[in-house]
Amino acid sequence: MESLTLSDVEQKYYSDLFVYCDTDNTKKVASSGKVLDLFRAAQLPNEVVLQITELCGATRLGHFGRSQFYIALKLIAIAQSGLPLRVESLNSVKDLPLPRFVVSKSEQEARHANVYSDTENQGPYVGVIPRPPGRVQPKKVSAHEVIQPCMPTSESQPDTTSPVVSPHQSPPTSPHTWRKHKRQASGGNVDRQPAVAGAVWTPFREAQSGAVTGDGMWSAHSPPPPVQESWVSFTDTPPSSTLPTVHPSSAQESTTVRTLASAATTNEIQRQSSAYDDPWKITDEQRQYYINQFKTIQPDLTGLIAGSAAKEFFTKSKLPILELSHIWELSDFDKDGALTLDEFCAAFHLVVARKNGYDLPEKLPESLMPKLIDLDDSSGGPEPAPEVGYSTSPVEVTPNKSPSMPSLNQTWPELNQSNEDTAIVHPVPIRMTPSKIHMQEMELKRTASDHTHPTSPLMAKPPDLSEEGKLATSIKFPTNTVGDGYSSSDSFTSDQEPITSVVTRQRSHSGTSPEGLKAVAPPPPPPRPHPSHSRSSSLDMSRNFAPVPAGQQQAGVVTYPPAVPPRPLPTQMSGPHSHRPADGEGLASHSSTSPQQIPEQPNFADFSQFQAFAVEHPADDGEKLSDGGQTEKCVDNAAAMRTVKNEAQADERAANVNSAKGSTPLAPPPKPVRRRLKSEDELKAEVDDIPQKSVLATQPSIPRSVGKDKKAIQASIRRNKETNTVLARLNSELQQQLKDLLEERISLEVQLEQLRPFSHL
Amino acid sequence: MAVCIAVIAKENYPLYIRSVPSQSELKFHYTVHTSLDVVEEKISAVGKAMADQRELYLGLLYPTEDYKVYGYVTNSKVKFVIVVDSSNTSLRDNEIRSMFRKLHNSFTDVMCNPFYNPGDPIQSKAFDSMVSGMMVQAC
Repeated sequence: MESLTLSDVEQKYYSDLFVYCDTDNTKKVASSGKVLDLFRAAQLPNEVVLQITELCGATRLGHFGRSQFYIALKLIAIAQSGLPLRVESLNSVKDLPLPRFVVSKSEQEARHANVYSDTENQGPYVGVIPRPPGRVQPKKVSAHEVIQPCMPTSESQPDTTSPVVSPHQSPPTSPHTWRKHKRQASGGNVDRQPAVAGAVWTPFREAQSGAVTGDGMWSAHSPPPPVQESWVSFTDTPPSSTLPTVHPSSAQESTTVRTLASAATTNEIQRQSSAYDDPWKITDEQRQYYINQFKTIQPDLTGLIAGSAAKEFFTKSKLPILELSHIWELSDFDKDGALTLDEFCAAFHLVVARKNGYDLPEKLPESLMPKLIDLDDSSGGPEPAPEVGYSTSPVEVTPNKSPSMPSLNQTWPELNQSNEDTAIVHPVPIRMTPSKIHMQEMELKRTASDHTHPTSPLMAKPPDLSEEGKLATSIKFPTNTVGDGYSSSDSFTSDQEPITSVVTRQRSHSGTSPEGLKAVAPPPPPPRPHPSHSRSSSLDMSRNFAPVPAGQQQAGVVTYPPAVPPRPLPTQMSGPHSHRPADGEGLASHSSTSPQQIPEQPNFADFSQFQAFAVEHPADDGEKLSDGGQTEKCVDNAAAMRTVKNEAQADERAANVNSAKGSTPLAPPPKPVRRRLKSEDELKAEVDDIPQKSVLATQPSIPRSVGKDKKAIQASIRRNKETNTVLARLNSELQQQLKDLLEERISLEVQLEQLRPFSHL
Repeated sequence: MAVCIAVIAKENYPLYIRSVPSQSELKFHYTVHTSLDVVEEKISAVGKAMADQRELYLGLLYPTEDYKVYGYVTNSKVKFVIVVDSSNTSLRDNEIRSMFRKLHNSFTDVMCNPFYNPGDPIQSKAFDSMVSGMMVQAC
């Protein structure tokens, strides 16, 4: 026989198989019958099996020694992977998968029926500890033999008289499920795993039933621990060859178990199949049992079990303190030194598992994690307190657990933290499509923030974008009511231009919501870096430039806030004007379509331009109107600048602007394109340019001498400064108006919502 | 990245001490032991001011040419000692503070465990893993 080099994994696997076949417990020779059964279970054609036995030398020797057995196993693996059977290939084949064995069901079923009937009877946990071992005898036979040699130590299991033995009863169902899990999860290659899992479980089950008497069975450390590991990572790892006992018979048992289990615990199976295979899932019976135990300590299911009480209770399980300590660490999720019902069930489940020989996981399995109810609104199951969920029937809870568990538990970590941050206004319910309710929420948040920081929130962070969007829509609503003749509420842009633009202005990212997020990038006039400023100015602009904003709004509905552009212009232009009363007018003016407004959109951010224009035409509405074109351009530029961050929209705007308004003055068109790319700082830096441009815009054909330019620049600087102060005032006024309008809007929306359901009836 | 982390009980015996496996593990033990003197000194320094005024983080206890020793004491006089390699100059004070904070939190969790008797050596796996995360990874 050629020498055989095996990897560690293979070595272990093969030795376990050998032990399995070593029914006579000779440790030297595997009984031929068993070996042949095993080989047949490998699902190889008979002649291949014969060839293998011949190759390994068993036919020569007449029996399967250990080395022959190993060689045979390796040959089986080779054959299963499709390679020709050669003795030379024994050592040359690298990365050979482990041989797989499938066992026929019939015999397993018979055996399983026995076992399960026993285990099924273990429903009433309390006090049913000592199961007549005899019942499990037939089943135990094979498993026993397999297990016995495998068990390195005989763990001192809890005495049979311990009252806590009741937990022992629960495990039967878990192994049950586990096995099923394994089985269900078994694919082609994974056959071994389920088989192994089944193998491990069957002994456990038997051990369990006979546990009371045969505690040694449980202490099958060598099989369980590896299986444990394989479980915990069952869904992740490929068939691990570390699985000790490939127990073909138990594989069959597992399948049988499944069938039996299905009859017995359809719930379990459904749940298991619905959720991913989870060996740590708590079955309904188990959970009910845990809950009953919880009640004995703490009658209130929503209450907590104190640490000391829990310590006493779990100490009764006779597990070592160290392991109990570890279990506690795992299960006390909120680290409060007390156990909620969820935590208690998890701890109990872990104790049960540990008593059955399963190693404790390093981390709490997801299925055992207590769920925070308030995180699971969608499932609608558990209420604010995790325990409350259980106050409803446990059965309900568990189904809740299954579907919601993956999502909830997976989101557990972050949700857990966010749970504590309830005070923080999170833009969590982010909806891209504006909905009145959400907009109201957002509006409220925004107004709150606005009130506190008129400018800072306006500066806006991305998270607020959606809020703004909603706000925009919400803002539009009141405006709608305010202004008659406004287009339908759907034309958010038209109505809410000022507000929307205000809102969106606050946001630098206006792309999220078409309506709400208008050109956000608001490079306000140099002295004012706040978008709010731009907003107010835009509001003013809208008012001042009746035709301009309206047209914009309607025309520029597409993506950006048509209203935004005009805003800066009007504010700048109409600095001294009190825009409050003009709000409605402005809005009304908005509704009036004017192609001029379109160009303003991209340019609205160009405050500098506005300022320039405003300075040039301080309090002249007429001029403003006349300059509307120019201011539009300025607005366009400003808007463009505002939409710096939203170049796409800006581009659209520019396109709209340019396309919609062919009569756009010459100066602005190039500016929007340029300005769009500019940041606020740049905008400020352009102040000097703006006056020039504005001047040029107004008098494009007038040549200027250098001196004149200088004077003009200085004058424009002065004007700009004046405009700044004016705009600042305007800003505050507009802010106030905005808040009022928002409140109004909220109330109106509320009313609308109240009325809406009735309309549907 | 610490080279050695120790948790000393109020009575100045170690509840938990772990160092990077190296030749001079005993040296680390000795270092931690001697640092206790410095800790005591610092604690007693704030004599008049009550404990609440004393900051928990003690800072650099004493540097040697090979390593630096940082100390932290809780309100229950449980001391944490961290020994870091001097060559690891990238460690800033804030990082040391955060390490101590994590230690403290983990220690609190261990304390909350009803199965843990105060005064016993700390055998919590969670604590172990947390400390491992802070130790210099053995290459």
